[in-house]
Formats: sequence, C-alpha cells, structure tokens
Amino acid sequence: MAPEENTQLLIETLTSHREEFLAQWGAIVGEALQGRLSVAEMRRELGELYEAILQAIAAGGLDADGEAYGETRSLLIELSRNRARQGFTPTETATSVFALKAVLEPALTGEEHGTRTYLQFAKLLDGLALLTTEAYVRTREEIIASQAEQLLELSTPVVQLWKGVVGVPLVGTLDSARTQVVMEKLLQTLVDTDSTHAIIDITGVPTVDTQVAQHLLKTVVAARMMGAQCTISGIRPQIAQTIVALGIQFGDIQTNASLADALRQAVREVAKDAEDDVRGLL
Amino acid sequence: MKDYLTGNATVESVPVASSKDVVQARQVVRNLAQRGGLSLVHQTKLVTAASELARNMVVYGGGGVVRAAEVNGPQGVGVFVEFRDDGPGIRDVEQALTDGWSSGRGMGLGLSGAQRLVNEFDIQTGPDGTTVTIVKWNR
Repeated sequence: MAPEENTQLLIETLTSHREEFLAQWGAIVGEALQGRLSVAEMRRELGELYEAILQAIAAGGLDADGEAYGETRSLLIELSRNRARQGFTPTETATSVFALKAVLEPALTGEEHGTRTYLQFAKLLDGLALLTTEAYVRTREEIIASQAEQLLELSTPVVQLWKGVVGVPLVGTLDSARTQVVMEKLLQTLVDTDSTHAIIDITGVPTVDTQVAQHLLKTVVAARMMGAQCTISGIRPQIAQTIVALGIQFGDIQTNASLADALRQAVREVAKDAEDDVRGLL
Repeated sequence: MKDYLTGNATVESVPVASSKDVVQARQVVRNLAQRGGLSLVHQTKLVTAASELARNMVVYGGGGVVRAAEVNGPQGVGVFVEFRDDGPGIRDVEQALTDGWSSGRGMGLGLSGAQRLVNEFDIQTGPDGTTVTIVKWNR
C-alpha cells in the first residue's frame, strides 16, 4: 500500500468523524486536566489543532518536521507555553496530544490497512508531543532565567544610611555579573545622593575567596575614583583569618568588623568635612 | 596522598562545569564540614580553599569533578576533598604555587592560598589532567 493511500485514509477518517473525534478528544483531555482549564478554551485549542493537523496531512504527509506542519508546530508551542505558565506538568501537556491516538484507534483499526495507517499517525503524534515537551522546557528555562535576573536586581540594594553615606549590604555570592550590578548602582547612588562615603557590608557573604576579594577591590577602586571614601564592613573573625591565610592584601582600604562601627566612623568624617567647609567659608 | 575515598560511605560527588557548580560544590563541602563538627574557622578555611580549587578547574581545567568525604585520622575527624579535571595540566607546578603568579587574570593567590588554608595538600598533574587533593583536620 502506498503512503499516499495511508494519508488519504487518514484524511477521510479525520474529516468524516470530525465532530465525534473532537468530542472524544475533548473528553479525554478534559478528564486529565481536571477542570484546571476552562472547557471552552480547551475545546477551542483542540479544535484549532485538529484543523491544523488535518490540513498539514493533506498538504505535506506525515512528517512532523515538515514544512506543512509549521502552523501545527506554532499552535503546539503556544499551547505548551500556556500550559507551562499555568503550572501543568510536561506529561499532562504531552498527554493531551497523545490522547488523539486513542480516539483514532478504533476507527482506523477496523479499516483495511488501518493498522499501518494508525501506526504512522501515532508516529506523527509522537513527534508533535515531543515538540510540546521541548517547548515546555524552554519556557520554564526562560522563566528561571528571568527570575534569576530579578533576584540579581533584588539582592543588590544600595541604600542611603545617612546624609553623605551610602551602604551596600551584600548577601550571597559575588560573581562578576553581580559585581557589575553592584558597582553601577553604587556609583550612580553616590552621584544621585551627593555622598562622599560608601560602606560595603559583607556580613551576608558566606565565602570570601580571591575572586570575591578581587571584585570587592575593583568596586572600592571605582568608588574612590569618584572621590568617595570606601569602607568594607562585616568582616567576621573566620573571614579575617581566611583572608590572611589566603594572602590577600586589602592595602589601605578601611575595613570594619561591624556595619555600626563603619557607619559611626563615616558619619564622624562627614560631620568633620562639613565643619571644615563652614570654617573655609568664614 | 592516602586513598581516603575507597570504601568511604560519606563520599559526595559534584560535577563542576560552570561557576554555578562552584557554588554547589562549596555547599557540599560546607555541609560535610558542619556534619563533621569542624569549627567555624576551619569550616570557612576549607570552604574557601574548595572554592578556589573548584574555580581553577572551571577556568583552567575545562571543568571536572569534585569528590568530598568525611575522614578519620590520628588527629580526629576531618574532611577530604578531591578536584579532578581532564584539562591540559599545570606546566610548572612550583611557579603555579608562587604567590602572585597567575596564568590568567586572577590574583595569583588561589592555589598557593588554598594550600595554606588546609592541612594536607597534593597536586598530581600531567597532560591528561590535574588532580588536587586536600584534607582539613579539626584541630
């Protein structure tokens, strides 16, 4: 039997039983999704998909990667993305596609050459269901990536602690991406608040290795170039001992055990500067 | 160095290919150190050394595997960590262990500093890769 005859049989079956198949398909999918999706929306999705698959079979045969399946693929990707956002599992999404196999099975296996046609149709649906899983994973990755970005933004606040003093409470790991964010924010806040002192607090940084130290030093140097005094505070005893053992030189950079000490010192210096300014005027 | 891993029930293995994995490796080592009852200073030194060596694997060795385990010796309890990569190897180990020397853009303190942070330190390197092993005892 030639492939065209299989295709012909499929098209005929899909066309003549359209309403019946769609109803069955909807029933199976609806049961699996258990009311988490409105029936009308689900039926609309399945209806569009059904038409797209039917047209694709008529136009280009049974190759899920073929050109004729462009619309089917984009419909499936959209469906998969929506399901991913709504919190469905990839299995549930793929099962929606697989369900069409069960619908067609009784109708096809009764026909002459039906089993073969059914197998080919099943292969096509396998390919399409795989596509939904792929799209699902991609969507989740996009969500994770955007969350990681948001977290990066969230976790690097630069706050004004006093008039002329800004603080950067660092929490977690300091990699080059975060250092860049911290540095940009710090330098901008120094300008915006007209501050002369910056305190970088590393109480929340669990590990200070050479990379973290290097990033801290860079940030301090950049702040200094803007004319600001920069202090690193929150150096706990174990961190101090580790930094010494590693052999990292903080040079003439001022460091403090606590943020409170660093702030007190900075406020004192700001006050002294202000006094000097007044004296200079008089 | 003595083979601490064979027959050890506490061995944990972490594949390290990117800097995200370095964070993961650090956490595994920290958990082992905490479970082994290492003091906070010893924990911090060990985790920092592990961070340096794991990052070296990513930057210079093209990634590798970190295996860590709790060990017992005459000095009491400790944590053993092995860093194994299939990279090009270290050409001159003595030079690599010199403070301030780096073939990359780092501070040149990672390898030598890591050596100072632990009690036992060993490097085996060749064109087929590098294996660094360390032990931190709680003493």
